Amino acid sequence: MSTVTDTQVRSEEKIRVTRSRRNVAWTGLVAIVVIVVLALFPYIVYSGTTTIMVQAFIVLTMSSMWNLLAGYAGLVSVGQQAFVGLGAYFVLILAINGISPFAALPVAAVACGVASLPLWWLVSRLRSGYFAIATWVLAATVMLIIERFSSIGGGTGLPLPGFTGWDPTLLTAYTYWAGLAVTVLALAGTYLLLRGRLGLVLTAIRDDEVAARSSGARVGLARMLVFVVAAVGCGAAGAVLAISQLQVQPAAVFSVQWTAIMAFVVIIGGLGTIEGPILGTVVYMVLQQTLASYNAWYLIILGLVAIVVALFARRGLWGLVDDHLHVRLFPVGYWLWTPDSAGRRGSKGFGRRSRRAGRPA
Amino acid sequence: MAWVNAIIQGILTGGLYALFACGLSLMFGVMKVVNLAHGDLAIFGGYIALGVIAVTHVPVLWSFLIVVPIMAALGYVMQRTMIQASLDRSVLTTLLVTFGLSVVIENGLLQFVNADSHSLGIGNSIITKSFSIGSQIQIAYLLVLIFAVAVAVLLGLQYFLSSSRYGRMIRAVADDREAAQLSGVDYRHVFGIAAAIAFGTVALAGIAYGMYSQFAPTTGTDTILLFAFAAVVIGGLGSLWGTLLGGVVLGVAQQLGAQINISYEVLAGYLVLLAVLVFRPQGLTARKAES
Repeated sequence: MSTVTDTQVRSEEKIRVTRSRRNVAWTGLVAIVVIVVLALFPYIVYSGTTTIMVQAFIVLTMSSMWNLLAGYAGLVSVGQQAFVGLGAYFVLILAINGISPFAALPVAAVACGVASLPLWWLVSRLRSGYFAIATWVLAATVMLIIERFSSIGGGTGLPLPGFTGWDPTLLTAYTYWAGLAVTVLALAGTYLLLRGRLGLVLTAIRDDEVAARSSGARVGLARMLVFVVAAVGCGAAGAVLAISQLQVQPAAVFSVQWTAIMAFVVIIGGLGTIEGPILGTVVYMVLQQTLASYNAWYLIILGLVAIVVALFARRGLWGLVDDHLHVRLFPVGYWLWTPDSAGRRGSKGFGRRSRRAGRPA
Repeated sequence: MAWVNAIIQGILTGGLYALFACGLSLMFGVMKVVNLAHGDLAIFGGYIALGVIAVTHVPVLWSFLIVVPIMAALGYVMQRTMIQASLDRSVLTTLLVTFGLSVVIENGLLQFVNADSHSLGIGNSIITKSFSIGSQIQIAYLLVLIFAVAVAVLLGLQYFLSSSRYGRMIRAVADDREAAQLSGVDYRHVFGIAAAIAFGTVALAGIAYGMYSQFAPTTGTDTILLFAFAAVVIGGLGSLWGTLLGGVVLGVAQQLGAQINISYEVLAGYLVLLAVLVFRPQGLTARKAES
C-alpha cells in the first residue's frame, strides 16, 4: 500500500503536462511577426514575387485541407479538385451577377461547405481506396455537370468579370492579401480544430477506429466535419485561384493535378502534422519554379520523391526536424513530464505513426 | 431502332469496361490493394504495344503475346517491391504510393512520348470492319471480339481461381493470410502471381482500348480507372461476373445518354454509378456490403 501512496505523492509533485516540450510562447509571437511581414510584402517586393506567393498560398491552403483529410481523418480523397473548381465557379457566378469577387470569396467558400454535404452522403459509406476513387468520380461528375451550363462558359470557361477599371498593382496587392488571409485562416482553423475535442476524436480514430467507436467517439460525425471543413478550405483556395488567374476554365480548375499537388506536398512535408504542409509547400514551390521550363518534370520528380518518402520516411521532412529538434510550431498534443524522463510524448495528436508501424503485420 | 442500337452498342462496350475492371477487382480481392495507377498502367501497356508493333511489325491482334508477358513480369516485380513494401506499412501508404505512381506514369508518358493521341491498328481489316443487322444497326467486329475476350478472361480467371493449384493458393491467401502461411504458402510470392495476372489483364485492356479508340497519356485516369471503378461498384465488389454486369450497365447507360445528347455520354454513366452508391451500395449482384 505504501508504494501506491508513494506514487500518488510523486505524481502530484513531479508529473507535469504541457502542450510542448519547449516553451512555445515565442512561436506565437513569431507567427504574428511573420504574418505582419508577409502582409507588408506588396509594399516591399515586386509584383512578380507576390504572384508566386499567391500560388504558394493556394497550394498551402489546399494541402493543409488534404492533410486534415488524409493525415487526421484517414480519408484519402482524390476528388478535392471538385471543391477547388466549385470555389472558382461560385466566385465566377457571383461576379457575373455584379458582386465583387473579393466579397464573393467567403460566400464561395461557405457554399462549397454546403455543397460538400450531399457529396459526403454519397461517398461516406466507402472506405480507403474505394472512397478515393469515388471522390475522383464525383469530381469528374461535378465538372461534367458544370460544363452543361453555357451561361457560365460551358466547356471553355469565362474570364472573371468585376475588375474593369482596377489598377493592376492594386489588384495584385488585394489578391495577395486575400490569399494570405485565406491561408492564415486555414492554418489557424486547422490548429484550433485539432487542439479541441475533434482533434482528440480524430487521433483516437487514427490509432484504433474500433476502440474509438466503442468508447463512444462519434466517428462518422468527426469524419463528416473534416470533409466539410476541407471543402470550405479547398473552395476558398479555388476562389483565390479564380481571382489570381482572372479566368475560370473547367479543365484547369477541376484538374486532378490539384489533388496530386496536395498529396505530394503533404507526404513530402509530413503527413499528420500542421507544419508538414508548410515545409512541403516550400519544397514544391522551389521545385516548380526551378523546373517550370521542363514541363512535366517537376510533377515526375515530386511523385517519385513522394513515393520514396511515403515508403521510407513516413513522417516526412517535418518528421526529421521533429526527431532532432523536438520542436512543435503548432502544439496540438500534450507533453508528459515524468520524474524519471526528460519528458515523454502524451497520447494526443503528435502525428506519431510509428506505433502503427511497429505493429506486427 | 436507334435506341435498340444504343443498347446493343452499350452491351458490347460493357465487355471492354469489364476488361478494364478485371485487374482492379482482382488486386482488391486478393491483396486489398486499390491500385490508383491501374488506368495509367493500362495506357502504359498500350504504349508498349505501340512500341512492340513498331519494332517487330507483329500484327496488332497478336501484339498481346508480347505485351501481356512484359506487363505480367512488371506486375510481379512491382508487387514484390513497391506495392508489398507499401502494404507492409498501411493501407494509406498503398494509396499514396499508387497515386504517386499514377501521376509519375502519366507525366512520364507526357514527357518522354508526347501528349498526342495514338491508336493501335489503323488499317487492319478486323479492327475497322463491321457487319450490319437491318438497316440501322452496325456492329463492329472489334467490339464483338473485345466482348468475347472479356468473357474468355473472366471464364479463365474463374477456372484458374477455382481449379488450379495457384488459384487455390491465391484464394487461401486472400481468405486468411496467416493460416495460408502456416500451411507453407509464401504469401508474398502468391501476391506477386496475382499481381502478374492482374497486370496481364491490364495489358489486354490497354491494347483493347487502343484498338477501340484513341489514347493519350491522360486517358488512363480520365477514362480507364474511373470506368473500371464504376463497373466494379455497379456490379458489386469482389464478384467477377458482377464486374461484367457492371460493365454492361455502365456501357448501356453511356450509350443511352449519348443517344439523348452526345455530351451526356460520360455523365450518364457516372449518374448511374452514383445512383447505385445511393440505392444499392453493395452493388447489383453482391449479397452483402463490404467496402
